[in-house]
Amino acid sequence: MTVQAVGRRGRTNPREQLQAAGVYLAIAALLLFNLAFTPHFATVTNLRLQLIQVAPVAIVAVGMALVIATEGIDLSVGSTMAIAAALIPLYIGYGAWPAIAVALLAGVAVGLVNGGLVAFAGMQPIIATLGLLVAGRGLALVLADGRLVELFDPTLGALGNSAVLGLPVSLLIVVGVAAVAGIAMRRTAFGRRVLAIGGNRAAANLAGLPVKRTLVTVYAFSGLLAASAGILSTARQSASDPSFVGLLIELSAITAVVVGGTPLSGGRVRILGTLMGALLMQLITATIIQHNLPDSTARMVQAAIIVAAVYIQRGRSRM
Amino acid sequence: MRTSEAGTTAPALRVRAVSKRFAGARALDGVSLDLNPGEAHALVGENGAGKSTLIKLITGVHRPDEGQVYYDGEPVQFAGPRDAQAAGISTIYQEVSLVPLRSVAGNLFLGREPTNRLGLVSFRRMNRQARDVLQRYGITVDVRRPLGELGLGVQQMIAVARALSTDARVVIMDEPTSSLEPREVDRLVAVIELLRRQQIAVLYVTHKLDEVFRVCQRVTVLRDGQVVHSGSVADTNRLRLVAMMLGRAVADVREHGATSFSEEHHAASGEPVLRAEGLTRRPLLSRVSVDVHAGEVVGLAGLLGSGRTETAKAVFGAEPVDSGSVHVRGHAGGAAKRARRWSPAAAIRHGLGMVPEDRAAEGVIGELSVRDNIVLAALPRLTRAGFLSDRRQDRLVDTFVKRLQIKLSSPHQKVRELSGGNQQKVLLARMLCLHPAVLILDEPTRGIDVGAKAEIQALIDELAAQGLGVLLISSELEELVEGADRVLVLRDGAVVGTLRGADIDEDRIMHTIAAAPPDAAASGE
Repeated sequence: MTVQAVGRRGRTNPREQLQAAGVYLAIAALLLFNLAFTPHFATVTNLRLQLIQVAPVAIVAVGMALVIATEGIDLSVGSTMAIAAALIPLYIGYGAWPAIAVALLAGVAVGLVNGGLVAFAGMQPIIATLGLLVAGRGLALVLADGRLVELFDPTLGALGNSAVLGLPVSLLIVVGVAAVAGIAMRRTAFGRRVLAIGGNRAAANLAGLPVKRTLVTVYAFSGLLAASAGILSTARQSASDPSFVGLLIELSAITAVVVGGTPLSGGRVRILGTLMGALLMQLITATIIQHNLPDSTARMVQAAIIVAAVYIQRGRSRM
Repeated sequence: MRTSEAGTTAPALRVRAVSKRFAGARALDGVSLDLNPGEAHALVGENGAGKSTLIKLITGVHRPDEGQVYYDGEPVQFAGPRDAQAAGISTIYQEVSLVPLRSVAGNLFLGREPTNRLGLVSFRRMNRQARDVLQRYGITVDVRRPLGELGLGVQQMIAVARALSTDARVVIMDEPTSSLEPREVDRLVAVIELLRRQQIAVLYVTHKLDEVFRVCQRVTVLRDGQVVHSGSVADTNRLRLVAMMLGRAVADVREHGATSFSEEHHAASGEPVLRAEGLTRRPLLSRVSVDVHAGEVVGLAGLLGSGRTETAKAVFGAEPVDSGSVHVRGHAGGAAKRARRWSPAAAIRHGLGMVPEDRAAEGVIGELSVRDNIVLAALPRLTRAGFLSDRRQDRLVDTFVKRLQIKLSSPHQKVRELSGGNQQKVLLARMLCLHPAVLILDEPTRGIDVGAKAEIQALIDELAAQGLGVLLISSELEELVEGADRVLVLRDGAVVGTLRGADIDEDRIMHTIAAAPPDAAASGE
């Protein structure tokens, strides 16, 4: 009943703002820690490496953020990466760009299946995409005959390892993807629809929004981005490795989204926060590796962070 | 009205001069209130008057800044509603807060399930006890069914029964009838009688004035956080209460009725703009046909479960039908559609609009701003080169905020922070900005304060006068009587009568609803 005073963008209070800023504070703290205690951290080579390594997760996480904004989830992203990776060597004979196009189309196709199952068959997103998590990896292995294939294509190599104006190509792709997603969410009717569906699907339907079409589009976009990440990983390693590419990346992507301040309950999204979430995860892993701690420690720290992030959001949604 | 017997005993609960501020804004200012055993005490006031805050102070959700609550003569400060309930103060909230997937019995005994010797829940005993409890309050349902499958009204009755089956000495009811049908209200009134005979004190918060006179012995009117009147119900009347709630002089309140509809009926002629024929969806609807002309308000009357909401949703394409057709002569000028392939998006394209009954579940998108909620359905028209135009959105929102007098601190405020009445106006604005030919309104004034209610009723009138066709669903008969030009009465999913013009009165509607169906009459019902 009592109407609170609110700011322009509808953020209700300082506590919520602090929660939203949490990921930035954590990144700042980690950077300071590394600058002080990690040798060779503040070198161009190292910082560049960190940014290149985070690219696939960041790209996948942007797609994931949109899916989560519809109150959904996409577990099939890692398998979609594998399918894209497996297709590259099969079509590289026609040239790098046709192979990339085929891989991207395959990603969209996986997304269409996911979206169709969710929107038209009415399946729960976690189940629908779990199916493709399992089946997709299997399909990729069949396509690749279960083998790692080395690739020596110059275009692909450039995509993975060259730079424009000193900035790695993969970083530019991340920025481009995030910019497109951010503008779409903020400035287009499509973005409003996504948030409306995630906020209250029944109401969105009664307001005459094309709910099913929007859902399918979002999953297809997530599939497209997952395929892009698969292509990028393949290009960087100069090898197609469908057994391992994108393995468990769905968890990193979900973590990045949630840590970045997008609630799992849908209806809200933070694209920049998602990028920062991915960066935070990368910094944690790098810090632990550079201090010669085992990889398993990094995973436990990541797990602790996702639990903490979800806990904080729980408080947020109860307000 | 037996007030004398209560006057002799000490109050069960006394609130003395409590004040409460939230972020500088005064919510309550020196409010005092006595609840006597065996007495039902009405608490009335517009939204924002402080009723909810007062309840929260009593049940320990908030602490008063000044003043004190006494329970049984002792000063108390409960740690929260649970603590208050343990002490014997039960609260029944406006929104049913039970578990939809659990059975009726499971909800009734939630947290205190009867157990067998092994410490496991004894479903047999629980179900039997549940049946006994509900029977006492005249509710007959299969107690094993999930609560969510039952109508809102029944759910509310279960919530009441649950609160009462704990040993309560004070019962606070926060708008208990807002989702009840007249028949269920009768039952609730009987239950409150029962409570009074058991010397329980009842605090009855309501928007509905007739219930004050029907149920309560004392009444307290709150306005802007202060008590403006407190006394015996017998010493006041409806008109005075309305005047006090609104802070107006009696002469300002219209004598002729409780709604803000004008007396005149709208001229409706020619071809109907909406013609729905033979809508059938077994077992909920059978061959329902509805016509609405331009400038006409057509009411749908009937009890809960009679098919009113189902009719509205079938017309709007929100629920599937087995057969039937919907024709709309809106923008497209002569579009006919088979109802089977109808959808809300298609309905809106052809000039229909709907404001659903359940505001929170199907209407507002709470996390989005007021602006985003208003422009939601009109988005395609507000883009320039694919991008949303801030200027166009703001202009549209501005127009409707002013026209519907939506009270907000900023269009970027989240819609869930608005009061019920203002949320309802946001939903109206969402549909009106599409310039529909026909607007379907399902309980447009349910659960909103007196002021907003009057404004919305006046708006419906005004829109109809401008040529909008309105299909109005309401369980408040006076709203249909004073607002509608024609009333269709539904029973068991079929139209059982049509009333026009001067023939529309509460008596006739109730008679039509109550008239025994031929087969039931034959079986001696």
